[in-house]
Amino acid sequence: MSSEAHAVEAHAGASVATNIAIWIGLVAITFLEVFLAYKDLEPRLMLTILVILSVVKAAMIMSYFMHLKYEKFSLVLLLIPATIFCLCMMFIFFYPEAFRLLQMRPH
Amino acid sequence: MHDVKTDVALDSAWSGGKSPFAIGSKKLGMWLFIISDTLTFSALLITYSYCRLTNPDWPRPFPIFPAIAFSTTMTVILLASSLTMVMAVMASQRNDRKKTVMWLVATMIGGLLFTGLHLTEWMNMIYKEGFTITGNPEGTPLFGAVFFGITGLHMTHVMIGVIYLGIVAVGYGRGKFSAEDVEVNGLYWHFVDLVWMFVFPMIYLMSVKY
Repeated sequence: MSSEAHAVEAHAGASVATNIAIWIGLVAITFLEVFLAYKDLEPRLMLTILVILSVVKAAMIMSYFMHLKYEKFSLVLLLIPATIFCLCMMFIFFYPEAFRLLQMRPH
Repeated sequence: MHDVKTDVALDSAWSGGKSPFAIGSKKLGMWLFIISDTLTFSALLITYSYCRLTNPDWPRPFPIFPAIAFSTTMTVILLASSLTMVMAVMASQRNDRKKTVMWLVATMIGGLLFTGLHLTEWMNMIYKEGFTITGNPEGTPLFGAVFFGITGLHMTHVMIGVIYLGIVAVGYGRGKFSAEDVEVNGLYWHFVDLVWMFVFPMIYLMSVKY
């Protein structure tokens, strides 16, 4: 693809039909989450499943509604790895206290 | 067609004179704000997750009706407002001012409906069920703090978003703002939607009453 064609695509973004399809997908995942909430799963497993589904929804919103899929890849590299790094740091530094709380949990 | 000078600038994105990310400074600024705000909400939600998992007496105050039905409706409304925002951005890129303003107003209505339903739910919880930021009728008092703290911060973002949409709608309608301003406004609104995609399952669906 030539750079000009790429630039045109970058400004075009997703079509109306694609955006509506993404919206339907987001609503469907929401109803799946509500359905899962009534399955009485163990809280840790439940939270893991819900966070994974939320990350999928976030990726759909960022890629299509926020046009990140159609931006230059350098912007994605600027934003996403830095965010993931900061989130990992949060998990690492919050973890010792959380571990202590888990040990203190009444049985 | 580019002239030679522009072509040289295009070839040397990191040499200055041109955004290496091929976006304007407003859009880049909004993206950086969104990342910093993501970390604010992440800190709250990660802390909430640890609190939720380590407290066996976590209350489950949300029955299917009205709480889960309300919050699911709010989610669908917020998602629909994101779609109308996409339409507003598309219309602004076609320089269709009338339709852009129309879609921006539709997005505002979505935001107002969301806030209205959310406040109704809050009032119900506070005045009828006795939940406050420092305590609840049952279970660990931490619940009130995280519930009102996280949903309150999100609702503040929604209300600021509605005001922001109103300002952009008026400004764009009068020809003072450009399509880029509408797009930057859209980024903020989609972010508010994106945060709710984590708040709804983690706060509401982890505390349903069977």
